[in-house]
Amino acid sequence: MEKITTHTGVGVPLRRSNVDTDQIIPAVYLKRVTRTGFEDALFAAWRGDPSFVLNQDAYRTGSVLVAGPDFGTGSSREHAVWALKDYGFRVVLASRFADIFRGNSGKQGLVAGMVAQEDIELLWKILEAKPGTEVTVDLETRTVHADDVTVPFQIDEYTRWRLMEGLDDIGLTLQNEADITAFEATRAPWRPKTLPAKHLPKVEIEPARPVS
Amino acid sequence: MAGTLAEKVWEAHLVRQGADGAPDLLYIDLHLVHEVTSPQAFEGLRLAGRPVRRPDLTLATEDHNTPTLDIDLPIADLTSRTQIDTLRNNAKEFGVRIHSLGDADQGIVHQVGPQLGLTMPGLTVVCGDSHTSTHGAFGALAFGIGTSEVEHVLATQTLPLAPFKTMAITVDGELPPGATSKDIILAIIAKIGTGGGQGYVLEYRGEAIRRLSMEARMTICNMSIEAGARAGMIAPDATTFEYLKGRPHAPEGEDWDAAVEYWKTLRSDDDAVFDEEVVLRASDLEPFVTWGTNPGQGLPLSANVPVPTEIADEGERVSAERALEYMGLEPGMPLRDVTVDTVFIGSCTNGRIEDLRSVAKVLQGRRKAEDVRVLVVPASARVRLQAEAEGLDVIFKEFGAEWRNAGCSMCLGMNPDQLTPGERAASTSNRNFEGRQGKGGRTHLVSPLVAAATAIRGTLSSLADLDLDDDVDLTSFDGTPLAPLTAPSFV
Repeated sequence: MEKITTHTGVGVPLRRSNVDTDQIIPAVYLKRVTRTGFEDALFAAWRGDPSFVLNQDAYRTGSVLVAGPDFGTGSSREHAVWALKDYGFRVVLASRFADIFRGNSGKQGLVAGMVAQEDIELLWKILEAKPGTEVTVDLETRTVHADDVTVPFQIDEYTRWRLMEGLDDIGLTLQNEADITAFEATRAPWRPKTLPAKHLPKVEIEPARPVS
Repeated sequence: MAGTLAEKVWEAHLVRQGADGAPDLLYIDLHLVHEVTSPQAFEGLRLAGRPVRRPDLTLATEDHNTPTLDIDLPIADLTSRTQIDTLRNNAKEFGVRIHSLGDADQGIVHQVGPQLGLTMPGLTVVCGDSHTSTHGAFGALAFGIGTSEVEHVLATQTLPLAPFKTMAITVDGELPPGATSKDIILAIIAKIGTGGGQGYVLEYRGEAIRRLSMEARMTICNMSIEAGARAGMIAPDATTFEYLKGRPHAPEGEDWDAAVEYWKTLRSDDDAVFDEEVVLRASDLEPFVTWGTNPGQGLPLSANVPVPTEIADEGERVSAERALEYMGLEPGMPLRDVTVDTVFIGSCTNGRIEDLRSVAKVLQGRRKAEDVRVLVVPASARVRLQAEAEGLDVIFKEFGAEWRNAGCSMCLGMNPDQLTPGERAASTSNRNFEGRQGKGGRTHLVSPLVAAATAIRGTLSSLADLDLDDDVDLTSFDGTPLAPLTAPSFV
């Protein structure tokens, strides 16, 4: 994962609350088996609307999304984070995030910073009054700077450290492999195993046919 | 120290306690895998040259993309077929057990785990799917994870996690006839909001919860995520043990006795302290239906569509205006006057055998409303077999419904089962987001009983709107198990 300490880029005001992951990337785009190339899928349903914020020239190259509360609710699809990153976003700011989305962001180097709703309103006003305004997000000081305004944001300490160091979770965990092996030795025998497989007898499943 | 159920399960899985702000490292007992959120995770393992650490704690099935018609033919949608082929190849390469389309144990991953007896009290269960919260009905700590975490669990069988906060949701009293566990959870979400559970594990308790069957409990825990919570739990009891006993992977002999002894300790202590408490009275509940585009935008069926100008909070008002425009509803109109084009009965929320039994009980001997399309999609192939053994398929077909093969189907429209733009559905699924069931589609979330009544009348309806025969026993709709007819038990 790439290290990130500060980021400066065009801020995009998204005046919507409860932006769920089906809006960030609809399910039809989840059929791909790759990890990149999702930029066309971001906000797919809204991109057809000429008045949508990303269709306005000043915001098109945006990399800091400033959204309403409860951003990223719904499904666990990490594709939502990939789509934001593939489009060019490096930071999403909102007063509240859905838990899974926030976790996924941290794993993929997308900064999900929590900003008080009144400060979000302040940023929206700046970004709408002066489209194309650049926003600087500083993980060191945990601040967001736009125009003449500086506001704080919150991010959990561990995620912040990992983002700044660019560390891979699996590598970190495997440093504790001896602990995992020791834990496994203590597991009770009743805990289930999927192998060897046990199931009821195999039965032929009749295919349903279209109703004429 | 006194602990909650969630804290007890958490502590029993601590591989390593986090220090200095680092998260805890938690052991994962059961990892369920499906085709949509796993390909990039397996690819990550391959690139790093890592094996699956515990194939014997991993299970894969195909559900999101699978067609519900002509399942013996090649999948027509090329990208869907590629995704399913990718899962099959990954399962083979990494030695993971898989139940593929056409297999009797194929189906929605949250039905397959429980029906095989793999989901048990006191486990940690994860899957790259937010509705993994379903398994919490057994007293497991179960939650959805993203693809990076799927890769992490495949590689290490652990997850680094910061502890959740705990919320007790107590549902007192008895459900009135015609109300179900779906109405309980829709009412909870309307009360606490779609963000109300963020950061929490919800524990559902109280008399109304204790009286629910295992499957009805799964419906409640399933939709914990719609309240913003990653996990929902219900303490295991005799209902849980009864459901598990004799299932293929349930412990046997001494292991069963040891397990039950331990499972009985899995309850929040009387003096345990929750970070938040919410109380609901089941007797106040009636059939619930959503009118908007998030699951918190719900009301009792007897209510009218909200009038946005009467909503004080600006954010909520704007959101309601947008939702009504998308849904094509007039402010103030009675919800009962809303006509639907499609009724979808299925999903990991309400596609289980008891759901199908209760629907069949209402539909028996009737015909669907004209111009309404009715889809009945069992959650798994075993549920389908069970329903057929009980003759439910005949009831559905005589009613005019389409009886399909198992899968996620129209819940999220990744397969051909979709709404067309402007098409309106009463759906027993879990999300009414814009475009969720197909681009431009309009979704009203309902219980199986409301879905059944709506399929008969063509407008959003409850059992109270039907002229039900006297011999239809309404009390058996309160979530207590509906007995099967004379038939072998598959699920």
